[in-house]
Amino acid sequence: MAKVRTRTLLIAGALLALVLAGVVSFYASQSPDGLEKVAADKGIDAKVEDHALADAPLADYSVKGVDNERFSGGLAGVLGVGATLLVGTGVFWVVKRRGGEGAQPAADGS
Amino acid sequence: MHVPDGFIDAPVSVALGVVAAGGVAVGLRGARRELDERTAPLAGLVSAFIFAVQMLNFPVASGTSGHLLGGTLAAILVGPYTGVLCMSVVLLMQAVFFADGGLSALGVNITVMGITTAAVGYGLFKLLAAVLPKTRRSLGAASFVAALVSVPVCAAVFTLVYAIGGTTDVPLSKVAGAMIGVHVLIGIGEALITAATVSSVLAVRPDLVYGARGLVRPLELRTGGAAGAAGVPGQAAAPSSAAQV
Repeated sequence: MAKVRTRTLLIAGALLALVLAGVVSFYASQSPDGLEKVAADKGIDAKVEDHALADAPLADYSVKGVDNERFSGGLAGVLGVGATLLVGTGVFWVVKRRGGEGAQPAADGS
Repeated sequence: MHVPDGFIDAPVSVALGVVAAGGVAVGLRGARRELDERTAPLAGLVSAFIFAVQMLNFPVASGTSGHLLGGTLAAILVGPYTGVLCMSVVLLMQAVFFADGGLSALGVNITVMGITTAAVGYGLFKLLAAVLPKTRRSLGAASFVAALVSVPVCAAVFTLVYAIGGTTDVPLSKVAGAMIGVHVLIGIGEALITAATVSSVLAVRPDLVYGARGLVRPLELRTGGAAGAAGVPGQAAAPSSAAQV
């Protein structure tokens, strides 16, 4: 197999993430997850509180005001992937720059 | 697995907020050594990929689903410190924008789902990689087992947190048994996704898999001058599994 360029791998990975969140997510199981199920069965959730941001525009992975369930969930997924990619890349870019300046990681204190 | 507000009391939520902040601080420090020009963009992608795959709940038992946690996957791909940061970014985005995981429980979630899985998964992966043959296949197997184990361990840590700071009074044996039981099943899904992803990246760019550094030979060695080697099929096909180190 030929060597895949880093840029190609990154673009392919990002496209895959967009498709999974934007399209495939519609077919995900709607059942409660492991913790939700156990919590409901055993009574752990007796004092559960509503999420403070339950009315946020993207709450529960659907876009407020978009009625079509498939489109609403897919759009929320795509926006989430985009936002996570931006924030994550930003954070790691800054961390990498700070690491790069030192060159000798052991040199910085503590 | 995202813990909502109201499951864990305020003091323990605050305490785990401090633990999570400490974990992120340690992560920021350690990630400087893990990240370079090539891996920094990859780490951002790993965050986005985990966010996407976490949306894909798969059925595990009667009326129960599970989804990838991703700590093991992130730690193997980009390093354990960077992996904790990846998970923290994902959990923060989910809590703030998607109302998934309580705001007061963010520290609980980062500690239980991020730090625990990255640490346990990566530790186990390196342990297995050290004793198994140095091949791509065994690295895939190591990632499978590490991911599988990380999920019930994560459930056990949640149970421990609940034991200390739960807002309700449910017998611990019932909680522990149910939580760990269902999360062994979810762990199988975690293992399949983690092994498939790690193996895929290993197949095309083993040099980009942090956990495999020093374990598999870079692909350049056998495909260098692919055009020239095309005429010698035996030579090109021979080292399909990775080298001994």
